[in-house]
Amino acid sequence: MISDTVVELSRWQFAVTALYHFLFVPLTIGLSVLLAIMESTYVMTGREIYKDMTQFWGKLFGINFALGVTTGLTMEFQFGMNWSYFSHYVGDVFGAPLAIEGLMAFFMESTFVGLFFFGWDRLTRGQHLIITWLVALGSNLSALWILVANGWMQNPVGAEFNYETMRMEVTSFGALIFNPAAQVKFVHTVAAGYTTASSFVLAISAYYMLKGRDSAFSQRSYTIAAGFGLAAVLSVIVLGDESGYTDGEVQKAKLAAIEAEWHTDEPPAAFTVVGFPDQEAMVTHDAIKIPWVLGLIGTRSVDTPIIGLSEILENNRVRIRSGIKAYGLLQRLREGDRDERLITEFESIKKDLGYGLLLKRYTENVVDATDEQIDLAVKNSIPQVAPLFWTFRVMVACGFIMLFVFIVAVIASSIRKCRKNWVFRLSLYTLPLPWIAVETGWFVAEFGRQPWAVAEVLPTFLSASSLSEWDIILSLSGYVFLYTVFLVIEVFLMMKYIRQGPSILHKRRYHFEMDERGG
Amino acid sequence: MIFDYDTLRIIWWAFLGLLIIGFAITGGYDLGVGVLLPFLGKTDEERRVILNAVGPTWEGNQVWFVMAGGALFAAWPTVYAVSFSSMYFALLLTLFALFLRPLGFDYRSKMPDQKWRGNWDKALFVGGFVPALVFGIAFGNLLKGIPFQFESDMRIVYFGNLLGLLNPFALLAGLISMSMFIMHGAVYLQIKTVASVARRARKTAIAFTLVTIILFALAGWWITFLDGYHITSAISSNLASNPLAKFVKRGPGLWLDNYGHIPQLWAIPATAFISALCTMIMSRLNRPGSAFIFSCVTIASIILTAGGSLFPFIIPSSISLSSSLTIWDSSSSLVTLNLMFWVTVIFLPLIMIYTSWVFRVFRGKVTVEHIRKNSHKLY
Repeated sequence: MISDTVVELSRWQFAVTALYHFLFVPLTIGLSVLLAIMESTYVMTGREIYKDMTQFWGKLFGINFALGVTTGLTMEFQFGMNWSYFSHYVGDVFGAPLAIEGLMAFFMESTFVGLFFFGWDRLTRGQHLIITWLVALGSNLSALWILVANGWMQNPVGAEFNYETMRMEVTSFGALIFNPAAQVKFVHTVAAGYTTASSFVLAISAYYMLKGRDSAFSQRSYTIAAGFGLAAVLSVIVLGDESGYTDGEVQKAKLAAIEAEWHTDEPPAAFTVVGFPDQEAMVTHDAIKIPWVLGLIGTRSVDTPIIGLSEILENNRVRIRSGIKAYGLLQRLREGDRDERLITEFESIKKDLGYGLLLKRYTENVVDATDEQIDLAVKNSIPQVAPLFWTFRVMVACGFIMLFVFIVAVIASSIRKCRKNWVFRLSLYTLPLPWIAVETGWFVAEFGRQPWAVAEVLPTFLSASSLSEWDIILSLSGYVFLYTVFLVIEVFLMMKYIRQGPSILHKRRYHFEMDERGG
Repeated sequence: MIFDYDTLRIIWWAFLGLLIIGFAITGGYDLGVGVLLPFLGKTDEERRVILNAVGPTWEGNQVWFVMAGGALFAAWPTVYAVSFSSMYFALLLTLFALFLRPLGFDYRSKMPDQKWRGNWDKALFVGGFVPALVFGIAFGNLLKGIPFQFESDMRIVYFGNLLGLLNPFALLAGLISMSMFIMHGAVYLQIKTVASVARRARKTAIAFTLVTIILFALAGWWITFLDGYHITSAISSNLASNPLAKFVKRGPGLWLDNYGHIPQLWAIPATAFISALCTMIMSRLNRPGSAFIFSCVTIASIILTAGGSLFPFIIPSSISLSSSLTIWDSSSSLVTLNLMFWVTVIFLPLIMIYTSWVFRVFRGKVTVEHIRKNSHKLY
């Protein structure tokens, strides 16, 4: 049996490296589009200031992009290194979107990003603009394919278990791509990236306005960021990820856990604003509820119930019992028995095989699992409610505060009278919010899927590689150390470049160069 | 669906080879340039010349490497799972070293401070050196066999350690890949630079081509008595991927089996020797463009020589012979291989077209004057 410590450490390592990678990715996705918008304005109006904007924000994009690429390498390799059973078990399905991401998106983005930085004097205006759009397209397509892969882990459609190869295999690639869970995720994540980049440009422009520097430059940047950001944050909220939670059993459990819906209520369900979830007693203490709201958000209807956790647990118990049987039949198939009836029977219950595998955490011998072991497996077949409940609320709160900031920013940028210092300070000091929101969002999506790596198919603890504890302690320390050093360097460079502002372009028309010339 | 399962498996073996060779001849010179940076660039400006010779294109080149990993995951999931988890620390070191490259390129010249730049130069050296070495070490270990086996439910269990990966034969293979990337990087710098950097690059190119080919000959001699692997049971190339359904034997010299059965294969290592010789001649004659083509051919032939020995094995197991992974029993399903075939057939040529265009846009030499004039725009 795999040690729990190895599994825990592997999960920590994945969480650390993925959360860290995700500090840079949303900014890359959003800023690439903002750069393309700025450069389009330059090409259409012919005004140099928009070229300067593209180049200055492009410099900051470059500093961020370097770390995005760096930490993306880890993600590509980590599945094989630390999750080798996962790679074997679902690689036939999961590997395809990752490989397509490389061929269709990452190649394009990386090849053209060099032209974006160094091609200004070698290309015509139109050519360079196309390149910038292709970089933006590349980073957005990249997100699409990664989220098709991730969406499949949340709601594994278009694939079936093959007992001959002991793994999942693709049956319908169309179903995989048009997986509703993946589609919703893509829109939500990409819009979150646009919001992040808008907040970034908004905050830094506000900083220059507060300092009274390069006002033409910063006002234009501020206006573009405000408009784009408002549209983006509205999409994030309206097209919230939650609407995808009706597809797939584990998604339903995630939704119930986020909302601390212990029992199925009469539709439309009430929304718990705050409260203290108690998993043992299955109640939420001191809950403040708003009637109807959850039902409307979660199901987009007034008569579909939100399934409660106790009902989900009972369903899981039935499926675990059926999974035990499926696992038993599988052993006979693996030994070479090819009896027709055996195959038919296995095929009819193999959808529950994953539930049988949940027992592997408690016993090597799944077929003879005791009632206590089954009880344990059932109890742990849903995620922990409290962390999900809180992180989700933090994310949503960030979203609504950002909505307010962008509304104020749009008003300030369109009405001169409203350009007050408090507006700019608000824009500046709310800069961390998009990062808090995307990181908690990642946590909700991935922690909410537990105990599964692939929902209903493969438990997380089985997915890990057979490494020793020390192997992972060493690698995890290495990652933490290097990533910390890199973050310090990145933030240092970012701050230095931000403080200098567009003067770093050496165009002889910005703040610090004026000083140098004595002007 | 126009291909049989066995045909697709061969095609995907070829695609994987293509991606590995693609990385070796594009990303390979970037790695070589990284290693050469502190030695061929004596001043800060010379180092910036070297960096900017690869600056606009290295990022795209590195994707070949990422792509080889991705293709392995999609088309050979079990191979991906076994190789990446077995060579855990080798890959971890490679990753850590590769981290230093995007940062080194992008951050180095963003500060004028010489100590800052000197440290990033060291980082870029490490970022070239370690992956160049591990690339060969990995290949060397494939030829040696990796100590892993499948346990119940097809769990992969590995019985080796990092020191085991650093065995003498694998280290020799590591030196081969290192010196061939240095050769390749030097030839590339000879194309892209002028004056003192180009002169040093020429000397380096000739020396390391010679080293590469001598080490390659040494490995060839070693192979004649190194333990190789051979499938002894009937091969069922059209069935579902189940690595445990075959028997394998091991014995000295078996890696030359394929060359015994198909003598025409000897043309591949022969090409490596001939084109290496041509690389040296062309470099010596100051015709770096031709030298570069020959060094590409040398690298491709060296990798193909190893592939030709291994075929149909991808990862032999040294402790559980029948756990060995071959192209017949470790691929993805027919549906996935077929789908990914079409995706690759559409996108790989497209990638080659736009990559060539980008190289065309950036053609021409990088000089010290160019660096001075564009000091704030370049790496």
